[in-house]
Parts: sequence; structure tokens; C-alpha cells
Amino acid sequence: MEKKTLVLGVIGSDVHAIGNKILEVALREAGFNVVNLGVLVSQKEFVEAAVETGASAILVSSLYGHGEIDCRGLREKLVEVGLGDILLYVGGYLVVGKQDWELVEARFKEMGFDRVYPPKTLPEEAIADLRHDLGLTGE
Amino acid sequence: MNLALLIDFGSTFTKVVVIDLRREEVAATAKAPTTVAEGVNVGLKEALAMLQPKLGKSCDFKLRLACSSAAGGLKMVAVGLVKDLTAEAARRAALGAGARVLDVFSYELTARDRLRIQELGPDIILLAGGTDGGNKEVILYNARQLARLELDVPVVVAGNRAAADEVYRILTGAGKEAVCTENVMPEVGQLNVESARKAIRQVFLERIVAAKGLTSVEELVDGVLMPTPAAVLEAGKLLATGVKGEVGIGELAIVDVGGATTDVHSVAKGLPSGSGVTVRGLPEPFAKRTVEGDLGVRYNAPSVLEAAGVAKLTKLAGVGEEEVRAKISMLAENPAYLPLNPQDARLDRALAGAAAELAMVRHAGKYEVVYSPMGSLTIQRGKDLTGVKTVIGTGGVVVNSDNPAAILKGVMYSAERPYSLCPKEPQLLVDAEYILAAVGLLAEREPLVALHVLKKSLRLIGDREGNVSAGD
Repeated sequence: MEKKTLVLGVIGSDVHAIGNKILEVALREAGFNVVNLGVLVSQKEFVEAAVETGASAILVSSLYGHGEIDCRGLREKLVEVGLGDILLYVGGYLVVGKQDWELVEARFKEMGFDRVYPPKTLPEEAIADLRHDLGLTGE
Repeated sequence: MNLALLIDFGSTFTKVVVIDLRREEVAATAKAPTTVAEGVNVGLKEALAMLQPKLGKSCDFKLRLACSSAAGGLKMVAVGLVKDLTAEAARRAALGAGARVLDVFSYELTARDRLRIQELGPDIILLAGGTDGGNKEVILYNARQLARLELDVPVVVAGNRAAADEVYRILTGAGKEAVCTENVMPEVGQLNVESARKAIRQVFLERIVAAKGLTSVEELVDGVLMPTPAAVLEAGKLLATGVKGEVGIGELAIVDVGGATTDVHSVAKGLPSGSGVTVRGLPEPFAKRTVEGDLGVRYNAPSVLEAAGVAKLTKLAGVGEEEVRAKISMLAENPAYLPLNPQDARLDRALAGAAAELAMVRHAGKYEVVYSPMGSLTIQRGKDLTGVKTVIGTGGVVVNSDNPAAILKGVMYSAERPYSLCPKEPQLLVDAEYILAAVGLLAEREPLVALHVLKKSLRLIGDREGNVSAGD
């Protein structure tokens, strides 16, 4: 079966690059075709890469605590370009300071994210979820 | 006789350059008006006749090669998917092939887009869209749209390779000529224009040359090899990178100021010169060409005035606003006007300098400062040309100027526009014998000779410290 394509990147004015590289390697080894946009990625770049590459999922990382502002409006843009149904995950350090995780998760899900991950989530967990959500389990 | 005849069928003039292959120098040059209506042979014969007395002997040429920008040049339309991704990559490939890009289309072509393409009447269509293994739907849709065009226009297919076979089938099934080549953007962030450029050139040789009535020159010429701007770019590449047996002079930029347009060619990697700079955006070709269709010293003099601003032009030209406007309107109506007095010459220098500066600023990369919680970050888009050590000026107004340095110094980096990554301290050269296109042609067959001829011919007019000849 053809490899599924994922778009990966660190959103906004965030330059945390190492975790992004680790994720890229883990996802590749898990058998995905990874389009890694790196750091300082705008919403526009996520959306356009997903369109050109025919991606099945977009994985947004945010590490500097200001992800909520950077992520707002992303799902709407995807709807505009005809990718309204694409899988959209987000993870990292999504908020500054300690906040009730359930509230944070609810806010991001309301913005249109399918899965929201707290700090210290290992790649394996997201990979398992991807396989499930893309209907790849049992292959 | 070891002579090479190199012909440039320009839009206004047919220029001929004879190079002595043994002595590695220019033997003679001549020019006559280009005669498209009667067949370009007529103008060519006139130019050749002018060579006779200069050469002093019968013209027996070992090589006879030509380039052309006649009959509107190589006109192209580019079609891609996302505007800033594959559509942009296609546009760059077409420019690099020496074409005039009439329009660029993104996403699915509408019926209106189809009509527009028909009205524009391009010579070649470049069809891209989708990274390899990526989006197929749009390029297939566009192939079906192009198949319905009531135009006999060849299509170079340079998109998602997974869709290439079917795109080819759709186009050829409708009786259209199609050539498949590598994707101009095989992966996000990867530009691949070389393959498309070669395919465009091949189609130019096989079909466009005939279509523009240039095959009639076959009795006089061994081949019309490429559009003129491609020849200039080839000369730039040769000079910068050298050839086996001779080193090049390193990264360079060429500024070609014309009556209607100004071209900039940069042969440079354009990597960041400072540390801590992040490069974003689609990568640019090592040999990059841009065309400013609104900047020229005759036909487009009014646009130069508008783009540069009255204040700048009056200051450079040394005359008041009313006089500058009047003179510029006159120049726009008189493409063949030659400067008659020092004031005319100074206005030409002002226009050329403004056009050159604007064209270089548009061509070169830019810094953007972004403020983040971690402090300020510098993002670079496009090529960093600050380290380019050589700038060459060409085009009639530069070549014939008595102070070309005054024209070219405007293309240098300036603290007044610090975010524009223009060459910082280049040496300034001028294409004194107006042979860049000829050398680019000769490089096809005799690259070593071509390089020697060009190195000998270019004239240094300003050194690295920016010391230029006195003047405005």
C-alpha cells in the first residue's frame, strides 16, 4: 500500500528544532512519507504543503507556549482549500505555565484539531494514533 | 579561416558578431534592423554585408549560430497548483529558459482561464502541479482543460510524476504535442528547473524556430539555438563557473537595461552571509533570471519614473520636474532616440540607473526581522547577493554610455535599504563590445574560446572599494 504523506512543522515564531527532527526520524521509520517544513512555519506554509503533496495529516508542533494564537484559524484555512477533512494533530508545550490539561485540550479541539498532545508525549503514541485514525491498523 | 558568426535576432535589431577562434577575440560586429515581415533573412543579409568591409576578406565561417528574441521572443504561460509553490517553480523554469512569461495560473483552470490562454497565444505551455506522489487531481484536471484549447501549442509537462503518463495521454489524445520532463518541484522546498529548461529549449529548436519563420535562415545559419536571454544566462554561467582548462571569475550578476525591459541574471548560490539567519521560501536557481517588464529607458521610461519617483529622477537628471516629465514622454514615443547632448546623456544615465537599481532590488533576496518570545530572528527570502564580487552591465544604454559606472552603482547594497541583499562591494564591468549573447551561443561549441574572448572583452569600470569614475 502506498505510503501516507504527513506534513510536519513547528508553527509561528518558534525555532525549537531538535524535537522536530526527532519526530521526523520516528515518523519516517514508522513508514510514513514525511514532509518536514522545519521551524518558523506559517499557517499558509502548512496548508500549501498539504495541498501540493496530497497529505493525509498535518502534525503541528509548538514549544514556546504561544501555540494557541499561532494555531487559531488553521482548520478554517484547510476548509477553504478543500482539505476540511484532513487529520490535524498538535503537540508540544502548548501553553505557558501550568493549566488544567483538559481545558487546554478542549480549547484546541474546538479550534479543529483532531488530537491534542501534552508535553513529554513520545512519538510512538502519536504514531499509534495516526495508524488508527488513517485506518492503517491491521495491515 | 577560423571565424565564428554569431547572430542575435533581436526584436528591433539583428546583431552579428564575428569571433576569431584562433586569436580569441572579436573580429567585427554589425547590426541592421530585424525584418520579421519579409523574413529575417533580409535583415541578416544586410548585417552580413556590413561585415564584409570590416573583415576585409570573404566571409568563410567555421560556425554560424543564432539566438532570437524576434517576433515577441519565446512566449510562455505557466500553470501550477499552489501559487507560491509549483506555479512559482514553473514560472522560474520558464524564465530560466529565456522565455517571456505572459501569465501564470494556479489551481484549476477555469473556462475564462482557457480563453485567456487562447488570447495570449503562447508558444509553449509549461504544465506543473503536485509534488511527486502528491496531488494528482489538479494537474489531471488542467491537462483536460488544456486538451480543449483551440490552439496548436506544445505542452511541457513538469509536474507530479505519478500523473505524468495520464497527462501525456490526455494531451496527445486530443492531438496536442506534449513532452514529459522532471517535476519542477519534486518535493516541497526543492526546486528543479534544469530538466524543464532543457525540454523547453528542445521544443524551441524543433517547433518554435519554424513557427517564427526562422527556418528560412537555414541557408545562412547552422542553427537557431536558443532564445536570446538564455544565451546571456549561458554566458553568465560560463564566466562564473569556468570550463575545463580555465577557471571562472566566481559569482556574478548581469544587469541588462533595455528600451522596454530590464533583465537581471545572477549566477550565485545566495546562501546567507550572516549567522543566525533562517532561509525560508522556495529555493532559487543557482543561475537565476528575472525580467522587469515595466522598466526600460525608452518605451517604458514613464514606468521607471513612476516606480522610482519624481524626486529621485529629477535629482539624478539634474533638471526640474516638468522638463523631466516632458522628456520622458518624448522618449516613450521614440524608441530609436539617441542622446544628442550632455543633458540627454545625463537623463539616460538617470533612467538606466533607476531601472537597474529597481530591477536588482526586485531580483535580490530580502531580510525580514521577526520578533518572537526568544528575541528577534532574521528570515531570508531569496538569494543573498551581498557577497557577489562582480556586476556586469549590458544593454545599449549602458554600453554606449560615457559613464556606465554611474548607472551601475545603483545596484549595490545601500544602508538606505538594508534589507535588500544586493551586492556589497562588487567590481563593475561593462560588456563594452555588446557580445554577451554571442559568447553564450559560442559556449555551446567552443566553451574555452568563448570564455577567453569574454574575459578579454569585458571592461572594468569600477573597483571593489566602489571607486568609480567621477560623475553624478
